[in-house]
Amino acid sequence: MSDSVETAAVAAPVPGAPFTGQTGTVVRSTVGQRLFKNPLGLVAMAILLAISLLAILAPVLAPFQENYSNIAKTLAAPDSVNILGTDSAGRDVWSRLLFGAQLTLLSALLCAGVAIAIGLPAGLIAGYYAGKFEAVSNWAVSILMSLPGLIVLLTIRAAFGPSVWMSMIAFGILISPSYFRLTRTAVQSVRNELYVDAARVSGLSDLSIIARHIFSVVRAPIIIQTAAIAGVAIAIQSGLEFLGLGDPTKATWGVMLSEGFKNVYLNPTLLFWPAFAMALTIGGLVLLGNAIRDALEDGEKIKHRKKAALSTTAAPAAARTVPAAGGKSVAAVDAGTEHHLLKVANLGVGYPQADGSVKKVVDDVSFHVDRGEILGIVGESGSGKSQTAFSILGLLPDNARIVAGSVQFDGNYTVAPGEERVDQARLSKLRGKRISYIPQEPMSNLDPAFTIGHQLVTPMVRVLGISKEEARKRALKLLADVGIVNPELTFGAYPHEVSGGMAQRVLIAGAISCEPDLVIADEPTTALDVTVQADVLDLLRELQQRLNIGVVLVTHNFGVVADLCDRVAVMQNGRLVEEGSVRDILRNPTEQYTRTLLASMLEGKTPMSMLVSSQKEPVA
Amino acid sequence: MIRFIAKRLGSGLVVLFVVSALTFFLLYISSGSIARNILGDQATAEQVAMKEHELGLDQPLVLRYFAWLADALSGNLGASWFTSEPVANSLATRIPVTMTMVFAAMILIAFCAALIGVIAAVRRGWVDRVVQVGAIIGDSIPGFVIGVILVTVLAIQLGLFPATSTISPESGPDAWLYSMSLPVIALLVNGVTGGAQQIRSAVIKQLERDYVRTLRSRGIGEREILFKHVLRSAAPAGLTVLSLQLIGMLGGVVIIEQIFALPGMGPLAVAATGQSDLPVVMGVVMYTVVVVIVVNLLVDIINGWLNPKVRVS
Repeated sequence: MSDSVETAAVAAPVPGAPFTGQTGTVVRSTVGQRLFKNPLGLVAMAILLAISLLAILAPVLAPFQENYSNIAKTLAAPDSVNILGTDSAGRDVWSRLLFGAQLTLLSALLCAGVAIAIGLPAGLIAGYYAGKFEAVSNWAVSILMSLPGLIVLLTIRAAFGPSVWMSMIAFGILISPSYFRLTRTAVQSVRNELYVDAARVSGLSDLSIIARHIFSVVRAPIIIQTAAIAGVAIAIQSGLEFLGLGDPTKATWGVMLSEGFKNVYLNPTLLFWPAFAMALTIGGLVLLGNAIRDALEDGEKIKHRKKAALSTTAAPAAARTVPAAGGKSVAAVDAGTEHHLLKVANLGVGYPQADGSVKKVVDDVSFHVDRGEILGIVGESGSGKSQTAFSILGLLPDNARIVAGSVQFDGNYTVAPGEERVDQARLSKLRGKRISYIPQEPMSNLDPAFTIGHQLVTPMVRVLGISKEEARKRALKLLADVGIVNPELTFGAYPHEVSGGMAQRVLIAGAISCEPDLVIADEPTTALDVTVQADVLDLLRELQQRLNIGVVLVTHNFGVVADLCDRVAVMQNGRLVEEGSVRDILRNPTEQYTRTLLASMLEGKTPMSMLVSSQKEPVA
Repeated sequence: MIRFIAKRLGSGLVVLFVVSALTFFLLYISSGSIARNILGDQATAEQVAMKEHELGLDQPLVLRYFAWLADALSGNLGASWFTSEPVANSLATRIPVTMTMVFAAMILIAFCAALIGVIAAVRRGWVDRVVQVGAIIGDSIPGFVIGVILVTVLAIQLGLFPATSTISPESGPDAWLYSMSLPVIALLVNGVTGGAQQIRSAVIKQLERDYVRTLRSRGIGEREILFKHVLRSAAPAGLTVLSLQLIGMLGGVVIIEQIFALPGMGPLAVAATGQSDLPVVMGVVMYTVVVVIVVNLLVDIINGWLNPKVRVS
């Protein structure tokens, strides 16, 4: 398809992707190529091409005129002259099928054309300039969307008489909102992108910005939408003709179906051909739309993979010095000899790929955490630190596999050696009760439909088996403990009524509500304002010391590590690079990668400053 | 919440007004000599003029619209130009037939599509693949073609069902239900295949939300997460899917009734359209728009009730 150019540029092979070969095995191709490789896409295109050719060549291929009737030969069975037989008026079924294809495809094109001609510019203007035009068109859209297509077409028929073109223009107008919405949404999301701003600053006119940047975004969705709309248009046009409200002088599939239905007792095969032609054409369009969508989504996946690969190469100097295997600096844990609260040994996590390979995101990671201890896991995005945390919690996505190693909690395996999946039966007894979780993004981790109080009370009732009333008292005390000034008010509030910092305090309260032994905190301060970050870290430290719990703190921020942790493990590309006490590692990092990370973060800056994260880029 | 409902109700009335005006002007501006159509070619010019006066067609269009509107507000939708039957009466006898089928089909669609869609989203595996393939097949075959196939195969060739459904409720609930089953099946096939797939996507989208993972980490069971949290958040999307299907079905049922020779809105609408019997066409459009507005209002109210941001304010 026409997207090939951009997508090819994006999906070009990334030289030197350091992943252990898995990303390299992905077949990279353009949308068009992927479409041709998809068997369903090929079949769809072949069907549509064949039907279009038959329609175009109808005057040549059809042995008879569309309305030529041989009264002496009605409802005849197929023979050498009428290869599909004749209908009740002695007209040739094959010829009528061909002319019907012509009209059907033309009417679908007209409908989609009208819909695009109205919906696309309206969507562009509404999305790009917003304001009054958008308000008015949204209102018009809501009216158009509330009318059933067939009823509108009946009205048009009553007003203008039987005309395929009139009804398809009307249906095009009626269905134009689908293009309008699609374009408006796409434009809105692109409008504020940096490159569009840059184009605007550099003095390009609105028109050329739209032409250059926005059309390339909406083109593929419009092709998908057009396939769907053409199918719907064919269905509704045929329905109208089936009702006998079409143009009686034209041979169409709808008329043929209606003709066949009238003679269903005499010759049911008359029904078969138009129904088959309709299903084949609409099915071809549906499949084509699906195939293009799949091709685009595969492209997206490749893009993401490429981004992940790039970010892991962000520190090339350091990357080269990563030891091939574990390396001596990685803490060696002798299985079974010590009794730690949490012991992760040689853990590997991977995702099976479409081509049968497994993409490893965590590889040979070992560490342990004791009661009353905070272990920091540091690394860039994509280093596998969150995946490690989710393996401990047993909350990996469904398609993730444990490819190696084990996880022990309090002496018992939650992932035994050789198991492919986390044992949910074992972990569901621990989760909430002994192991709990503080997420990264406070707002999206509370269910917007329930009050904060409800979301604190329910786990306590379920896990601790206490009464609602008691759970309520405990929840109010917890809210006070995490520094919320008016616990009663927050208890009754919905998530959208509190600030991000307060929501994170609520989530921390939830994490400690059932007195866990181990808390997994996944970037607990990343989404918060700088001042709130410090408060939340203080709160975490205070709670951890008071309750004497073990904490695994996942972060990309060495400032947080220095502030809070006892020990730290540094991860890169799914592997553990270095592990030790915070003091040792900060003063005396043995690995080049750790040094690079530290050098980029601690240059005379106070820990936890927002600059820390933005300072990461210059390293690359 | 009451303000929210009042606002939606108000905008529904505005839509009703706009659509009625648009339809009225569209119908009366574009159709040629109405009186000539009714009286036939033999009528003299005087007879045509008299008929035009009788129907009020010699009045300005705007005046005629407001006259129609005033009548409509008092429940009088005019009379058919061909049968002289009051439009309101025709609607009253036919709406129950059509709405019975539409509601029966919608309830079954809601139940089946939700059940299959949720199972496909939660279990994935083969159910999911069946739903995906089913959606493609359902999208490929228009509902009325399914109706035609059902009649041909099940009623005519196998004789399992009556081919037409003119049996009235008075002839016994069994026979009536039996005769209604084919048209209802014809109406619901596309709805179930399409609805199941869209509900599946809506549920998967919710299952992937962050708070679901956090609920799991708190020790809440899968069943409770699904029924209390996920389905509740997926409900607005599911309801929207179903309401759009209901709107589409108001058109689809016209053809289905024609196929099964049911005395509902379909034959009335088709006959009126073919003859350009404009008062009846206006009546059919108004009935449709009212149903659509009521359905949208109900969906808005349920969604508002599910969404605390609306409920609280």
